[in-house]
Amino acid sequence: MPAGDNPFYTALALIISMDPGLIGIVTLSLQVSLLAALIASGLALPMGAALALWRFPGRNALIVLLNALMGLPPVVAGLCVYLLLSRAGPLGQFGLLFSPTAMVIAQVILVFPIIAALTRQQVEALHNEYAEQLHSLGLNRLRMMPTLLWDARFGLLTVILAGFGRASAEVGAVMIVGGNIDGVTRVMTTSIVLETSKGNLPLALGLGIVLLTLVTLINAFAHIVGETSKRRLG
Amino acid sequence: MKKMTILATVSLAGISWSTSLLADSDYITLASTTSTENSGLFSAIIPAFTDATGVEVRVVAVGTGQAFEIARRGDADSLLVHDTAGEEQFIADGYATERLDIMYNDFVIVGPSDDPAGISSSESVKDAFTRIAESEFPFASRGDDSGTHRAELRLWEDAGITPQGEWYRELGSGMGPTLNTAAGMNAYSFSDRATWVAFENPQDLTLLFEGDNVLFNQYGSLLISAEQHPYLKHDLAAQWHHWLVSEEGQQAIADFEVNGQQLFFPNAE
Repeated sequence: MPAGDNPFYTALALIISMDPGLIGIVTLSLQVSLLAALIASGLALPMGAALALWRFPGRNALIVLLNALMGLPPVVAGLCVYLLLSRAGPLGQFGLLFSPTAMVIAQVILVFPIIAALTRQQVEALHNEYAEQLHSLGLNRLRMMPTLLWDARFGLLTVILAGFGRASAEVGAVMIVGGNIDGVTRVMTTSIVLETSKGNLPLALGLGIVLLTLVTLINAFAHIVGETSKRRLG
Repeated sequence: MKKMTILATVSLAGISWSTSLLADSDYITLASTTSTENSGLFSAIIPAFTDATGVEVRVVAVGTGQAFEIARRGDADSLLVHDTAGEEQFIADGYATERLDIMYNDFVIVGPSDDPAGISSSESVKDAFTRIAESEFPFASRGDDSGTHRAELRLWEDAGITPQGEWYRELGSGMGPTLNTAAGMNAYSFSDRATWVAFENPQDLTLLFEGDNVLFNQYGSLLISAEQHPYLKHDLAAQWHHWLVSEEGQQAIADFEVNGQQLFFPNAE
């Protein structure tokens, strides 16, 4: 990878050179974090909506727990997954440690509470607003779930992006469960840590700029998709 | 529509990823230290091994303490570290069956270029450490139970000093981050030569003391016990272990240079 004194030139050189090593790292970063955000959404959207609509004992405790877990330190999530997947751990026989799969699992754990907690809040607000209409249509709670989730979709897009942002920005979990293996589990954030530890600060910052650019592009894409469909709906 | 696009993209990504994982089944996971990885040694010698045997080596570079822990739990097929006493203990505990000397380099003491504690004129490490402790000039220590940290602690003990106080700063970080911090604080620090030579952010730090025999830093490779961890890739790990001490492996280590300087000296018997 190129090295220079100015991080902005370094970032530019990185992008222009299309270094195969860098492309591998970027691709893996996006695969892991997008997959983690997608899996977490698949689980957390229904759970958040259910939590908004049903009343049951322990519901408040669950909400508080989810809210608190939004602040789960990545390194703690990583450590838990490490102990789980380690050969000496309960899921050791699958040999998943130091693999991209392990990184996805750790990031799902980090992203899930964010999406679930924020979905709960958005769906609950919407439900309060439309409760009468929904009841007059004779919908039960199970039928309300998809309706409300669909109605809240623009807000939920931001929620999912927040989850993706958390996944793509964290380094503590993927470092522990992935091991930062060159060409196998090295992603953008662990590369930045590695280059910093080598004292190659311009390259580290350059990689940071590349990561930020990519995340901005993904957010811009999501924003445009959201705006376009909003306009189409009128 | 949007959902479909996202789903399609992700499943494609997932498929290409799973196939890329299937393609390389012949590999071992090597737990090793940051000094060997960060200096670039592994990227210089592993391709030669892979060419000769078709076996890929995946390096997890951590502190020696953590490397032992990874190997103890059975999460690595092979182990290459630099703490001979710890390595012999590891064998005595039954986690490994054989240890071979691979190579050595040495530790150095770095510090501010104006050398306020005056260690560059000292006769021995003992003398240098005593001068730093007496002047109470800041000293940045790894503090992370790594091979380098263990070596540093042994040298303080030899000098009859218990390093503590405002001036002795335990960072709990790897060698690179410790050097970054030492450069920021303009403090003395204790480093392996390989990381120091390959380090690109020294600022005002410079090499002040080297050459005492006690600064010798031996690296060893261990064969992990098949009895303790039967499912590991012991055959492939043994190939790597024996390649390191082969003529070809030793030559590859000797040929590795950073800025024209040889960083590791092969010394297999």
